[in-house]
Amino acid sequence: MLESNKKLIYILPFVLFIAMTVLLYTGLGKDPTKLDSQLIGQPIPAFEKTLLLSPDKTISEKDVQGPALVNVFASWCPACYHEHPYLMQLTQSKTVKIYGLNYKDKREAGLKFINDLGNPYDLILFDDNGRLGVDLGVYGAPETFVINSDNKIVYRHVGIVNLDVWQTILKPKMFPEANEQQEQGAK
Amino acid sequence: MIPEIGNLALAFGLALALVQFVMPLVGIATNRWRMVLVAKPAAIGQFIFVALSFACLAWSFYINDFSVAYVASHSNSSLPVAYRIGATWGGHEGSLLLWAFILSSWTFAVAMLSKALPALTRARVLAVLGFVSIGFICFILFTSNPFDRLIPIYPIDGSDLNPLLQDPGMVFHPPLLYMGYVGFSVAFAFALAALLEGRIDTLWARWVRPWTQAAWMFLTLGIAAGSWWAYYELGWGGWWFWDPVENASFMPWLIGTALLHSLAATEKRGVFKAWTTLLAIAAFSFSLLGTFLVRSGVLTSVHAFANDPVRGTYILIFLGVVVGASLFLFAARASKVSVTSWYNLLSRELLFLVNNLILVVATVMILIGTLQPIISEMLNLGKISVGPPYFNLVFTILMTPLIFLVGLGPIVNWRQHSFQDLVARTRYAAIASLAAGLVFVISEFERQATDLVQIFVGVFLIAWVIILNLGDWWKRASKKRSSTLMNLHKISPSFIAMYTAHIGMVIVVIGVVISSHFSVEKNIRLGIGQNEVVEGYQFTFEKLTDVVGPNYDALRGHFTVTKNDEVVARLEPEKRRYHASGQWMTEAGIDASLMRDLYVALGERLPDSNDWAVRIYVKPYVSCLWLGGILMGLGGLIAMTDKRYRARAKQTSKSSDSIALEAV
Amino acid sequence: MSILNRFLVVVTLFLASTFVAASIQVYHFEDPEKEKRFAHLTQELRCPKCQNNNLADSDALMAEAIKDIIYEKLKAGESDEEIVNYLKARYGDFITYRPPVKPSTWIIWFGPFVFLVIGGFAIFRFVASRQTKDSPIQTIEVPEDNKAMLEQWRNEVDASEVENNETESNKIDVADQDNVDNDISARSNAK
Repeated sequence: MLESNKKLIYILPFVLFIAMTVLLYTGLGKDPTKLDSQLIGQPIPAFEKTLLLSPDKTISEKDVQGPALVNVFASWCPACYHEHPYLMQLTQSKTVKIYGLNYKDKREAGLKFINDLGNPYDLILFDDNGRLGVDLGVYGAPETFVINSDNKIVYRHVGIVNLDVWQTILKPKMFPEANEQQEQGAK
Repeated sequence: MIPEIGNLALAFGLALALVQFVMPLVGIATNRWRMVLVAKPAAIGQFIFVALSFACLAWSFYINDFSVAYVASHSNSSLPVAYRIGATWGGHEGSLLLWAFILSSWTFAVAMLSKALPALTRARVLAVLGFVSIGFICFILFTSNPFDRLIPIYPIDGSDLNPLLQDPGMVFHPPLLYMGYVGFSVAFAFALAALLEGRIDTLWARWVRPWTQAAWMFLTLGIAAGSWWAYYELGWGGWWFWDPVENASFMPWLIGTALLHSLAATEKRGVFKAWTTLLAIAAFSFSLLGTFLVRSGVLTSVHAFANDPVRGTYILIFLGVVVGASLFLFAARASKVSVTSWYNLLSRELLFLVNNLILVVATVMILIGTLQPIISEMLNLGKISVGPPYFNLVFTILMTPLIFLVGLGPIVNWRQHSFQDLVARTRYAAIASLAAGLVFVISEFERQATDLVQIFVGVFLIAWVIILNLGDWWKRASKKRSSTLMNLHKISPSFIAMYTAHIGMVIVVIGVVISSHFSVEKNIRLGIGQNEVVEGYQFTFEKLTDVVGPNYDALRGHFTVTKNDEVVARLEPEKRRYHASGQWMTEAGIDASLMRDLYVALGERLPDSNDWAVRIYVKPYVSCLWLGGILMGLGGLIAMTDKRYRARAKQTSKSSDSIALEAV
Repeated sequence: MSILNRFLVVVTLFLASTFVAASIQVYHFEDPEKEKRFAHLTQELRCPKCQNNNLADSDALMAEAIKDIIYEKLKAGESDEEIVNYLKARYGDFITYRPPVKPSTWIIWFGPFVFLVIGGFAIFRFVASRQTKDSPIQTIEVPEDNKAMLEQWRNEVDASEVENNETESNKIDVADQDNVDNDISARSNAK
């Protein structure tokens, strides 16, 4: 009895090691910096911000109406330059509403960004101190939030938005009923 | 041409490593003596070719050959020569080649310095080392080749080495660290050789010990160097962040320390054989694990070398095969080597067991804390961060009983020790240590209770270890008939090493306790001509000058530090802008002395004013950290010089070879 | 990884690398107590976008925004707990380097001590179970081919230790002496 107990002990390191190897394997290829949003299902936070294009106008969360995208961008964010043309394309059809959030930027730099690349946004909030960004749990630009008709945050996408992201991720979140109809129609 | 030679040499090194691995084992299995004898020349050959390969890469850096992709991305023509050589290991591919080179060097050393070993054992050891070499060289040749060329279009100049790495620390830290990591492969190979042979005797422990001591010494110095470098280079006055890469170096160190102690017991008393074998396997396994963590991208770290899941998969497979096979072999053979020996509950053996328990628990704790993001992800537990607040607290609590044992260890006898005698021997040390603790607590009574408890315990343990270790050293020296003072160096090197390393450890503890409780940091705005008083030192911002360096332009701040109207130090922090990359870097101005460091870092000029953001530190006794680390390393070095490890070359080699022949 | 993703990784790394080493922000506090709390909080809280940095050592604009918030809240008199909870509501437990104590983290907070105790018991039982009345000094069989080597070593060591043996207090058992460590065989031979 004792003999077999002893033998059993000796296999323990091997077993533990295999368990750890499996664990490490599951970690491969994943992005360890990805953070999930804490605000899913919550209404957009209260705020008072001026508009980028009209510094004298101040708006609050009451002036925002979903379903819409909220796109966080800045002139110091290189990927935002990459993403912007697609946003222009997306709003051409006038069926998708995007609010812009110019995050932690200088007003002139933000204005230059819009002047150079175009304005796909319904309204552009100017968040110079980043407070609204923190309230939204933003941790890097670009980020895009999906809000539904109740002004609740449904999804947060980190990284650029392109055709693929829109079709597969954002559109179904923004227009869930349309998606269901489509699926039922396909059946 | 040179890079191609380097590549080819590496391929030859691989071929020889294959020979080194396969031939001896086949020879042992089929009783062909000549095949077994191939191990040593193959090892020597492998070393020559891998060294040549490494030299080719270093040469490419030296002559600024930017047609080599790796050189182009890590160097620049205006980079000072020393850093150009250091850049050889400044990136993933080159550092792997350094790994392979150091591995072949240790292999070479084992091949040359093991005349006292029976030939069969040496053959098995070299075979295992050969297998590890194969893994690394294959990894380099097939996934991470530093010799890839950028022909036909190659840059006129390189992208430069990251400014943070343009520092003497870069020249020392990685090589020292790798010498340590890789050095544990020798103990690993010995462990596997013993398991393959099916027996371990106390001679095995005697063979392995100096190799392990050497590896441990290098790892200790490597970690200390890295910590010191981070302290003076990064500008935030910190020296340890429990970052995954730092932990990856610390875990093998803890296991290595446990191994050193366990080996001592195995050598002297024949106990813990199976456990020591397991530790020897574990130490190198943690080195390999560290290699994986740093290069696979599974964890977030400031230090991470590479973030390539493909490379990560390769290392994981290699790790799985090497360690998995070893642990399987251990499971199969360990019961054969284990032996029952008797010792009392109060005995040095028991203290070693507790030492090992604490070190292993600490290692596992750090491992789980480091891997926690992956665990949480797999079990869907939500993202949390595990950092310094956790590690500092738990590690310190775990270390407390261990440090207490460091005082007891030298004076408790092997096999058994009477409790009354132990109390009698430690009575004065206990009283003195308690008194010292109280003195500090009373002098700092206005602090919070938790701080006071830490200070009390810290001071008690420091005094306890110093009194008991130095006292034992003195006592041992006084046994001889002449003057004790003159005899301090005449006792066995093993004991001198033990005292040195233990005192070194305690000096590190001094540095940790005092600098974490008594450091002062101030972030202020300072204009030229203004001054700030911190802890009795007056820091005056005299002026700013422009400075041109070899590959950068800098703005240098001149600070004069006075105490009681006497000039104590002149500090010159800089903000450098490197030409090649356009990157900015802050270089702190530090005046270091045993009792305190004065540290100034220059920030930005504040908008709308002529004031600058300045960070000032006064850090008492932080130098103890590096000093203690050096002492520990010195202890390791002294331990290796004990005469029982010297090969009795002429007589023994003949007898051991002839014995081996008989066995065959 | 698609080309685009690779581009983004490179770009992010580039962005991260242009701010090399600490830049210093000055937050002025009248109250030294609050200054200490600010230092403590910014060291315990994590910069959400950095590669493992706390707020104190990070220059990211995002970290600056959070530090500004902490500064304001400290001045307004909020407690450390309130500030941390405010940030946790927005970033999750990830934002603090001190993991919360909840069932999923019991293993890291209590595990080490539990294992220490269990290990301690195991050692105690392991050693205690082998205490016999005879306190045997066991002889360990020295394998044949090592005997010659062993003999030689022992002779050399004995010769150098002659001086040592001439001192007092021989109540101390053999295990206490310096180099005569293969005393098991020595003792058995001496009997």
